[in-house]
Amino acid sequence: MAELAGERPFPPGEYPVVVVGSGPGGLQSSYCLSRLGVEHAVLSRDEEPGGMFRLCPIYERLLSWTKPDAPFEPGTREYEWYDHNSLVAEEPENQASVVPFMNRSYMVPSRREMEQGLASFAEMAGVRVRYGCSWESTHRETDGRLLLKTSDGEYRCRAAVFAIGVTEPWKSPIPGIEAVPHYVEAGRPETYQGKRVFVIGKRNSGFELADGLLPWAKQILLGSPRPVDTSVIALSSVRVRYLQPYEDAGLGGGTFALDVALERIERTARGYRVVGSGTTREGSLDLEVDEVIAATGFGTPLRDLGNQCGVRTVAQGRIPTMTPYWESDSGSGIYFAGNASQGAAGLRKHGVGAASAAVHGFRYNARVMARHLTRTHLGISPPMERVGGDLVEFLLAEATRAPELWTQKSYLARVVREDGESEVLPLADWLDHPTPGSSAVAVEMNAEGEIYPAIYAERDGEVRECLLPPSALNRFEGEEYLREARSVCSRS
Amino acid sequence: MAEDLAERLSRFNLFSDLGRPHLEAIADPDRERWFSDGERILRRGMSGGGFYVVLDGEASVQVRGSELGRLRSGDFFGEVSTLLGVDPTADVVADGPLHCLEIPGPKLEAFLLDYPRVMLRMLQTEARRLQEALEWRS
Repeated sequence: MAELAGERPFPPGEYPVVVVGSGPGGLQSSYCLSRLGVEHAVLSRDEEPGGMFRLCPIYERLLSWTKPDAPFEPGTREYEWYDHNSLVAEEPENQASVVPFMNRSYMVPSRREMEQGLASFAEMAGVRVRYGCSWESTHRETDGRLLLKTSDGEYRCRAAVFAIGVTEPWKSPIPGIEAVPHYVEAGRPETYQGKRVFVIGKRNSGFELADGLLPWAKQILLGSPRPVDTSVIALSSVRVRYLQPYEDAGLGGGTFALDVALERIERTARGYRVVGSGTTREGSLDLEVDEVIAATGFGTPLRDLGNQCGVRTVAQGRIPTMTPYWESDSGSGIYFAGNASQGAAGLRKHGVGAASAAVHGFRYNARVMARHLTRTHLGISPPMERVGGDLVEFLLAEATRAPELWTQKSYLARVVREDGESEVLPLADWLDHPTPGSSAVAVEMNAEGEIYPAIYAERDGEVRECLLPPSALNRFEGEEYLREARSVCSRS
Repeated sequence: MAEDLAERLSRFNLFSDLGRPHLEAIADPDRERWFSDGERILRRGMSGGGFYVVLDGEASVQVRGSELGRLRSGDFFGEVSTLLGVDPTADVVADGPLHCLEIPGPKLEAFLLDYPRVMLRMLQTEARRLQEALEWRS
């Protein structure tokens, strides 16, 4: 609920931690810090929660599912796997916040339903935000603390979490692209009625545009140098919609996905001229079109974090480089949450990437990040879980049920130390710095799409990997499976 | 404007036969990877590794912490374990910030078949390594 006038929380001053942003990354980070008892301020330039979901996806349909009815009840930990859009909480009543807003016309929520779900989470879970407070610049004090200057005044903190999205429109450096509107500036689908449209880019945002324009445009052409990787599009639950424009050519529908390196784009009296060379097939391309839209991606709006605080960036300044705990690797105490947490790529075993660019991945990153920040910068040990009983049985139960292991494959791992204390950690970091005698489990996927648990064990200074077999219905438990697991692990 | 990735690739022996459109197709931002100092890119005995070309920075090839070799801009690694379907026999560790191009293991075969000129260049490099190893033994 919006704070009453004159009751805005978090006036300028000193806080242990400051969180910037009120999208899903900011809300989840604040929730997790609160659960650890960490005092912090949350600042947002917006007037209400939701972040980029207040505006995007521009054609209103999200990529990831929320299944209102599932094998597990909303509110349980297991249900999180069936709901990729709600933020996660420890109280059942604060879980599954998107579900009540779904009208069930599709298992993928609309932008508006998502926005409502996020606002509901903020209200129910009591995430307070100072809205209308714009972060403007950053400085490092001589004592190492961070100083954030905002439209409301100055904030000092020991660590800051930037949950600012990957929202800054970015265009690839093609001569003439300046005149082309970016994805975020594209008009409503009906404004393209009867037009020939060239979309630069063949990734999600390109196909979202094409899907939206199919009922309106005269012809749609999508172009970028690299062929479409249908296996990447297929990872999204809207693949049927996105593959429609891709397969339209084969059906004779007049839409084409071109593998083309663009040389230049020129304005003409009627529209644009697009010039390039084929990549997969040789040949030159010279097209007259009515409209061009650049679906060429986004960057992180880092403001002065690079110049003032030494945050190193890559990809033409679009992505900050970070540790496996999402802390800038060149700016201590500067953390990233939300979509920007994709900057920590993890192991990418068999080329399988983490889901950190989506809510269902980064909501778990935020939980691990909050613990790391608390431990490293505030000197407070977050509570550990205690594991008793049979270790292999526990690890396999986690592989069967833990939503964070399922959505962050080969990325987040359940770690159990020799003394039985347990927590979820980034697999990459634990592999490189395991405590003696500790064990870990991750859910992994190979090139054939088989899903299986991997158990890792540190013994005598070396980590051994033990890959277990896949299982029907993905149940890695029961006496028979356990027997096989013990046998496989004793051999490796 | 800074040199773009396609231009950089064109100066590497591995990609030196390719024209600009093909280089742009290979230089996809999705394939770029960054590693911090001390991070491991390949891990000895761990499944699921990929093929990497060093774009910027240096890496150290290690077994149990002792260095067997160094990798610099234009060098590549991970092809042996990927092509043979076995786990890497050494660690590759970033020595300072490291920027690489990644072809995931399961995609390497198709990549080499798409760009046979790259495969030939890779084969020449492997032949040179074999020759050096044989010279060392004789």
